[in-house]
Formats: sequence, structure tokens, C-alpha cells
Amino acid sequence: MRQTPRAAAWLAIAAAGLGAQSAPAAKPAPDTAKKVNYVAGALSAPNSDPFPSTYQRPAARAVVIKNVNIFTSAGPLIRNGSIAVRDGKIIGVGASVELPPDAEVIDGNGRYVTPGLIDTHSHLGVYPAPGTAAHDDGNEATAPVTAHVWAEHSVWPQDPQFPRNLAGGVTTLQVLVGSANLIGGRSVVLKVVPSRAVQGMKFPGAKYGLKMACGENPKRVYQSRGPATRMANVAGYRAAWIGAEQYRRRWDKWLEKREGDPPARDLGNETLAEVLRGNILVHNHCYQADEMLQMIDIAREFGYSIRSFHHGVEAYKVADVLAKEGISGSLWADWGGFKMEALDGVKSNIAMVHAAGARAIVHSDDPSGSQRLNQEAGKARAAGMAAGIAVSEEDAIKWVTVNPAWALGLDDKIGTLEVGKNADLVLWNTNPLSVYSRADKVWVDGALRFDRRDPKQQWRTDFELGYVKANDGRTK
Amino acid sequence: MRDLTIRFSALALSATLAGAQTIAITGGTVFPVSGPKIENGTVIITNGKITAVGANLALPPGAVRVDAAGKWVTPGLFSAATSLGLSEAGGPQFSGGYNDTRAQASDGIAAAFEAADGINPASTFIRPQSEEGVTTVGVWPSGNWFAGRGAVIDLAGETVGEMTVKRGVGAYLNFSASAANTGARAAMLARTRELLGDAKQYGLRKAQYEAGAARSFAASRVQLEALQPVVAGTMPLVIDVDRASDIIAALALAKEFGLKVVLASATEGWMVAKEIAAAKVPVMVGAMSNIPTSFDGLNARQENPALLRAAGVAVTLIDNGPGDGQSYNVRNIRQQAGNAVAYGMSWDEALRSVTAAPAEALGVADRVGTLAVGRSANVVVWDGDPFEFTTKATHVFIRGALQTTRSRQDELTARYLKLPPTYKSP
Repeated sequence: MRQTPRAAAWLAIAAAGLGAQSAPAAKPAPDTAKKVNYVAGALSAPNSDPFPSTYQRPAARAVVIKNVNIFTSAGPLIRNGSIAVRDGKIIGVGASVELPPDAEVIDGNGRYVTPGLIDTHSHLGVYPAPGTAAHDDGNEATAPVTAHVWAEHSVWPQDPQFPRNLAGGVTTLQVLVGSANLIGGRSVVLKVVPSRAVQGMKFPGAKYGLKMACGENPKRVYQSRGPATRMANVAGYRAAWIGAEQYRRRWDKWLEKREGDPPARDLGNETLAEVLRGNILVHNHCYQADEMLQMIDIAREFGYSIRSFHHGVEAYKVADVLAKEGISGSLWADWGGFKMEALDGVKSNIAMVHAAGARAIVHSDDPSGSQRLNQEAGKARAAGMAAGIAVSEEDAIKWVTVNPAWALGLDDKIGTLEVGKNADLVLWNTNPLSVYSRADKVWVDGALRFDRRDPKQQWRTDFELGYVKANDGRTK
Repeated sequence: MRDLTIRFSALALSATLAGAQTIAITGGTVFPVSGPKIENGTVIITNGKITAVGANLALPPGAVRVDAAGKWVTPGLFSAATSLGLSEAGGPQFSGGYNDTRAQASDGIAAAFEAADGINPASTFIRPQSEEGVTTVGVWPSGNWFAGRGAVIDLAGETVGEMTVKRGVGAYLNFSASAANTGARAAMLARTRELLGDAKQYGLRKAQYEAGAARSFAASRVQLEALQPVVAGTMPLVIDVDRASDIIAALALAKEFGLKVVLASATEGWMVAKEIAAAKVPVMVGAMSNIPTSFDGLNARQENPALLRAAGVAVTLIDNGPGDGQSYNVRNIRQQAGNAVAYGMSWDEALRSVTAAPAEALGVADRVGTLAVGRSANVVVWDGDPFEFTTKATHVFIRGALQTTRSRQDELTARYLKLPPTYKSP
């Protein structure tokens, strides 16, 4: 049998080694004619949003789904209820709702509705399919600290994995850079919608994230030049934060009066300074319990907080600490064993973190798992129950909705089905925690973006045209 | 650990069961796979074998009874394509035991690699699989062009010999140019023809070969020797192939050399399902592949198993996805089965695809895969639909022995259910 990818996390790094290919680039003609009128200070003062979101919610008719079981992630399952959406927002949810004029009414026939699912750990677009060296854009594995890179600049919007995720009920993704580096760079939060460029997918107003990585990956990638040990990993994080803190102080001082020459800009420190100011959320790849506790101390030393530990195969060993510190765990339902730092994986990890009172999240780090976050949640719940931990179906749905929304700082907009929230919702053929569940329809901001029964409502990327056969009507 | 304590004390009560010579599983809905389901059925196990299955059976004297009322009784699940026992932890620091790296650095021919010789019966990855109802697996080498020979093992036993159902159940061929260290698939095909042709010639001229009177062959003596049952058409050549046109080429090769063939992976199999059915070649496919991960598998779709089956192909479900269904998560074979059902396969066919079908494809149907009389008593009692996540395997018998050992994962869970832990034996 083929050597199968054990974990995207390390495989991605292995692939990074292939990246030394140099395509002969066409030389651009020097553009001497173009005159640029710079806004005063634009070159030197940091712009907080140089690649602004151009996402626009399409106009859509109001929709009411009635006779449906609703996991709201904000209360108990509503049996045989209704939900109404208009102008991109939820306007009613409950046993019954007021029917907006001209609303399309869908009979749920006893099916299920959940909020759109959210994956805190995706590499869609930066490691697109098919896997080729030319599109291997997820790890800038050239230096252990690359805080200056932004994942969005690697996102290929024609990655055919995007529509498959949408068909799995996923409406929001955090696309992270890989885990080769101690500090890898900025993540970006995307809506899973078609667009010519990443800006059209960017979630308006979402905070950026910073990817950090513990343990085996950085020390393996930089074995020859260092860090080659875990102690050098820690020294590397601290050195970076020392520099960032100095940079932040210098800039904050200048920004107060805006007089004289501004300090020199540094893209990496700009990102790190924004973490220290609380404007960028830290997403820390970390498998082992002992390393998580060390990372918490480092965060405390420099005055930032960790929003989510990712992978956290040993999170169950420090679940009480995660609860106390208010750190979420972005975890797999059942991955483990694929390397030394993953050896102690247990299937009740997510349930144990949940039971300790911390925010548990089912994440994927994998384009296949990301399409089936609901199944993974079902598996994780069952494993918890097998270990004697009672987990309600409602709580398991929170692992793929409101909890990841919190980790992305978006729980005021998405993750629950409450009046006023964005109308991201999924209609499932059956209970989404079942192995037999499939998303029948998916709405993003009240606009239908996927319909399993209607090929016209199935997004095909540019790449797929001519390469991947169109729906032949035998699709279940 | 609350429920585990219950689970294991219940098992302690049935200590007699573990050593029982005759066991009667009564009152459950029995899915023998060799025949239609039996409501309120009885399965009788004697000395590790299934000796009777049916409704209203008289219990033999001295039989220890397992009450399966309200439960589902099936053959143990069989995941046909794994590397279980060959490698404990994957990743760079733990180079796996599933790949002849010396061959990979040269000609890609590791046909003599015998997977059974590398299996570690003490692997901590084994027990978590049988806990979830997997009783039998196929174990295969990987990486090389001719990767080596697989084995079928039951997941119980102190030694590989005890575990083994059959060695050399097939020879694995990665039908890819890169595995053959050639730049082109046509070159790979030419090399394949050369090697198979030379294996035939070697078989005909062993005496001359030993006397140094034969022409040189494309591989060493041990490799040619290992290929003898393949060219004789007695050992299946398991061809790992994805692109529709490559599947056609593989079928043509099988015909040309008179090979017995099983297709593995077969991502675009649904596109040539008619041809595969006509060739009467079984396939081993995943039910959760729908990403065009490579240019050879652009038309991956989840209906692949259902469409192949509908065309009359014998379908075995395997877990070739990224979640390590080959080793740490072999247990997820039931998730594959559930997804196959969600995407068009009938439930009964899905059960067959993870029990009898792999046993037939790998030539061990006389031993495992069904609850037919005379088969090894690999039997699982479930508290619900075996494919559903919330369902637990309440009793797992392998060759008639109830499996009761706690896995390493159970031990870790028990230790950390109370925080902070005491770091002592519970």
C-alpha cells in the first residue's frame, strides 16, 4: 500500500523540502510611466488593513425553514421548530416564527439545522489540491521566525477543496500557515465562498491570528542551523517577543504624537506588536501537556494570551489549566500516534477538555476531516460517553460552531442561531452527529451557496472545469 | 474511570467466559453475512470455531451464555489494507517498518518483503482496534514499486505465528511511475512486463540459473522467487492504481500474464466499473475520498464503492484516507462503512464489504469474514448499528476468546480522568 499521509501537519513540512524549484520568471518591463501619489506617511506608518475584504453578501430572498430540528448552539435542541432569515441575518428562531413577506418556505421534514460549521485549523488554498510543488505555499520554512508572512498571500481561491468543504457544511475557515516555524506568520479567516481573489473570501472585520508551533516540527526542520532542541525553541520564542516588545514601545510612542521621523517598519514585528496589543489572536500548535504549560508561562512573561492550543493531543492532561486560563483546545477526535509527541492521544481528549470546563473545539488540519467536522464531533462525543463522560448532543455541536467562533473572536457574529446573528446555516438530512448525515443545503449570510440536489447550486472552481467531471446526477 | 470500570467488572464477572470452551450468544439480531439476518438468533462457539448459527437452537450442555437481547451480532470487522503492527509511531524519527528503504533507493523491487516478518504482536496500536470490533486485518508493506507481500492476521495472540491467518495473501504493486523510479507510466509498464516476464523465465530455468547458464534477469533471485506464485496466477497481485486509464492498463496486464488481480485505491474505478466487473477483479476502495489530491485521482467521489458494487464488482472497503486508518485508527473502518451507506451503498453490502468481501479477495474466506459454521469465531456483539458512532462493541470474540485487555489509551484515560493525576497504578 502507499505510504499514506499520517498527519497533514508534518507531511506538509516534508513536502516543503521539495520547494527548491525555480521557474524562469518573465521579467516585467520597468514601469517608469506610472506615477504613484503616496498618501503622506503611507510608506512608513502601519496600515492595519492593507488587503481589505471585498466580500459582499449576495442579495437573497428571505427564507423560512419549518418543521425542522434546530441545534442553535445557544440552548437546547428545538424540536420541530422554524428558523427565519432575511437580509443576511437570522430574524426568528423557535417553535414557530413570523413569516416574512415573500419568504421562500422550505419544509424541513424533520431534518436538522445547525449553524454553519467553523474550522479553526485549515490549510485550504495554501496547500491546495492536487498537491504540486508549484502550489506548496503553506510553510515559509526558511527561518524559524517568519512573523512577516501572511497566509492570505498564499491562498489560491480555485482550490477545489473549498467547494467540498462547503458541501460539508463548513462556512468559515481559519487558514493558517504551516507548523515548520516557531512563529509562522499571520492566519486569515475566510468565508467558504467563490471569489477571484482571497480578498473576496475574507471575513469582514475578523481579527488576524498568529501561528506559533511547539515541539518536534521546528526543531526537526532547523536541525542543522537551530533550533535543534526544545530549549532552543523556547529561547527562539522569547527572543522574538523581546524584539517585538521593544518595537511596540518605540512605535506606540511615535504614534502618540506622530512627530518627526517614524521608526523603521518591520513586517514581522508589526504582527507581533499587534499580538502584544491584543489585536491579533495567538493560535499555538502544541501537542504535549508539558509544552503547553511552558507556552502559557511565555505568554505571561510577555503579556499576551493564547487563544487556542491546536492539535493538543495531550490537552486532556492539562484540561483543568486550560479551563482556568481561558484557553480553548482545537483538537482532533481521534488522531494520535503518528509521531513521538502524538503518542499519548486518546479518543476521549475532546470530551475530557469539555468536562473540565474549557472550550473544546473539533478542528481538522486536514481537508478530508474538515468536510466532516460533524462526524468527528459525533465520534468525540461517543468516545467521551464510552469513558463515562456525559456529553449532550447540543454540547457536541458547540465544538464545531460557537466554540470555534469564539477562538476566532467571531462569536458575536457567527456560531449560534440567534436573532441578529449572521445567517450561516446548514440543513442536514439527519442528525449531524450521525455517520449517515450529509449537508443538503448550506447558506452563507442568508444566501444559498450549496444544494445537494441542484447541480446549479454546486460551486465548481476554475480548476475543475475540464479536469473533474461535472455532477452526473448520481451524486447522493 | 466510571464506565470502563463497569465495562471491565462486567467482564470480570464473565471470567468464565474468557476461558469457556462452549459459548452461546443468544437473543440478538444476528448478521451472519453468509446468509440473511436472523432475528432472535443464536451463535454457538465451540473451541474457537463457530459450530452453529440460527434461530431456536438448543444450547449445548455446559455452554456459557451471552445475552445479546436487543443487540446486533456480526462477524468481526476486517480492515483489509493496513500497516498495523509494522510501525508504532510514524513520522521521521520513527522510520516505519513497512518500507524496504534499500530497494526504494535503487530499483523499487521489494517483492520478497514479507509483512508478516515485521509485525510486532506487542504493538500498543493493536488493542484499540479490537476494542472497537475489528478482529482481522490485512497488513501490507508500502512505498516500493513491488512493495512486498501482505499477511492477514487476527488481532489476538502472543506471537505473529499465533495471530497469522495466512502469510503471503498477495503481492503489492504500486502502479506508478515514481514508485518504479521511472519518469513515465509507459516506462513503468515496460519495467513491469520485463520483471514479470523474467520471473516466468526464471521459474522455467531455475537449474540453468543456478548453474550460471541463464541470461541475466531484471531482479535478484529472491525477488524472482517471491514472484513465482504471482506469475503462476495463484497469489493475487494487488495493484494500487487510481487513474481510469491506468486501471484499464492494469487489467490488460493481468490478462496478458494470466494474473490473479485485486485493485487497490481505484479512485476513478467508478468510471471504468463495467470493465472491472467484466474482468471479475475485486477492488479495495475507500468511501470517503472525494478530493482530487493528485492528477491521477481527479475524479474522486464518495459514491465510488456504491457505483462499483452496482456494476457488479466485488467491493472491499478500506480506509485509505488521511486519518491513519492504516494503523492508529484502523477502528475507523466502520466510519468508512457508514459513509459508504450515506453515499449509496446498501447497509447489507457495506457490512459485507468489511467482512466477507475482504476475506474472499484475500483468499481467507474459509477462515474468517462470516458467521458460517466452521469459521474462526471472530464475533462482535454491538449495542446498536455497528457503523454508528454511538454504538459500542460490548463483546469482542477472537477465535472464541473474549477480548478483555485494557489498551494503553484506556490506561492513559483512566489516569487523567482525575486531575491532577497521582502517577500511580489505578
